[in-house]
Amino acid sequence: MPHSAAALSIEGLVKDFGPVSSLDGRMVRVLDGVRLSAQPGQVTALLGANGAGKTTTLECAQGLQRPDAGKVLLLGENPYRASPGLRARVGVMLQEGGLPPSVKPMALLKHVASLYTAPLDINALAERLGIADFGAASIRGLSGGQKQRLALACALVGQPEVLFLDEPSAGLDPQSRTIVFELIQELRAAGLAIILTTHLLDDAQKLADYVYIIEAGRTVAEGTVAELTAIEGADDLRELRFDTVPGLTLPPEQMAHLSCAEPEPGRYVLSGHIVPEDISQLAQWWSASGVMPTAISMAPRSLEEVFLEISGRSIR
Amino acid sequence: MSTATPLAPRVLRQGRYEAAAMLRNGEQLVLAIVLPLLALAGLVLTPLLDGYSVSRIDIAAPGVLALCTMSTAFTGQGIATGFDRRYGVLRFLSTTPLGKSGLILGKACAVVVVLAVQLVVIGGAALLMGWRPEVAGLAPAILLLALGSAAFTALGLLVAGTLRPEATLAVTNLVWILLAAAGGIILPASQLPVAAEPIVRLLPSAALGDGLRSALVEGQFDLLSCVLLLLWAAAASLAAVRWFKWS
Repeated sequence: MPHSAAALSIEGLVKDFGPVSSLDGRMVRVLDGVRLSAQPGQVTALLGANGAGKTTTLECAQGLQRPDAGKVLLLGENPYRASPGLRARVGVMLQEGGLPPSVKPMALLKHVASLYTAPLDINALAERLGIADFGAASIRGLSGGQKQRLALACALVGQPEVLFLDEPSAGLDPQSRTIVFELIQELRAAGLAIILTTHLLDDAQKLADYVYIIEAGRTVAEGTVAELTAIEGADDLRELRFDTVPGLTLPPEQMAHLSCAEPEPGRYVLSGHIVPEDISQLAQWWSASGVMPTAISMAPRSLEEVFLEISGRSIR
Repeated sequence: MSTATPLAPRVLRQGRYEAAAMLRNGEQLVLAIVLPLLALAGLVLTPLLDGYSVSRIDIAAPGVLALCTMSTAFTGQGIATGFDRRYGVLRFLSTTPLGKSGLILGKACAVVVVLAVQLVVIGGAALLMGWRPEVAGLAPAILLLALGSAAFTALGLLVAGTLRPEATLAVTNLVWILLAAAGGIILPASQLPVAAEPIVRLLPSAALGDGLRSALVEGQFDLLSCVLLLLWAAAASLAAVRWFKWS
């Protein structure tokens, strides 16, 4: 999705690591031509399995790593040579947080805020992210979710135009997750370009306007969630799930064009080009088996299925 | 939209923040204040330095101030930086307006602040114990302390940026003990075995220790010590720029 006003644009990004002693001193190519573009007012998600190159891509975009080849432009500038002015316009939340354990959360937030000319009100921000509740304890004693919220506050306090979030929902309890997701949606509405990595397809499906699937250091697919889940005009590509007694025999021959699985005992998933006739076949199958489902749902196929199809392996 | 706080206040704020973190840390305080005070008392109460000056305290105090510089700039700062690197603090702060250069300048400022506190406390204690430094040597002493801080800060960063934090902890402490005992910092290099003396004289510890002694005991400006410290600072800075790993 090339765009002249892209907040971030990456073309042909290559990054090698090494030399690796266990590989006889050879270099390892971690990124091999990543392409990506992120627009203001959108959430752009980088999706990929562990080790696919998501974090390295972000680090090149944040100026933490120097690319070996390719072009990276962050707000029109080279991030590796970023001026303090450029860095003031960009907020970064690292995967492990980057928080000093012996410091108190509010003291850290206050210090980070002092590096900007027009920071957010730290008390309001702390209140919003629930940091005020644990602001006086040392960071060492915080839970994973509390550290994530603090790292997010540190990334936001300078009122950035571009926000990088590396695995933002890692370690979050459901309540924190809701707080963080709502905030991300608000920031998008306020016009920020938000670039996040995740290996949780559910997160990408909920948050992302545009998704890049990274596999073995390459961009292998991109599009909106709707585009990715409905490629090649396959509008009737769906998933039908139902719950009933475990161990049903396979569906009748008339439904052989659909794939059928029982991922958990008693939970069934039919997927493929589901047409109205299939529903009536399904009812006959249940009737012949003498069962009544306790739950039925149908949805377009999920991003997870798209990912499996593209990468040939599970994302987790 | 926010912009970056200008360079000077940005670096000074980082320096204040890091200095406060160093002074809050119990282990760092032991290294920065308690051990030098013990060294000062030990040197005054034992005949170790007899024969170098009319009073024990006059010859002991400059060496202990050199030891303070090594404690703060090399060991204390090195360990703090090593763990900051482990926890990703260096990476996070380098994405803020501070940047990598601001972060390093901030650390240097913190070293200066903590060293100033040490000078007041240790120097004050020495004055109470009867130390009478040569007034003519005060300006050269300040120059030497600045060059020594630069050399030891760069060496501390070099260790912290290339080794794991546990190894940094071990190496910086071990080097501190070795140099304190036989690096010409507390005991003049001339007091060491003849075979070791020429090598020890080239170490930054001996350059700082001997330089401070000639300034504060004899009121002389030791140009060779200044040049040696400058060379150590330049070499260690170049090596740190080349090999320092931020993650």
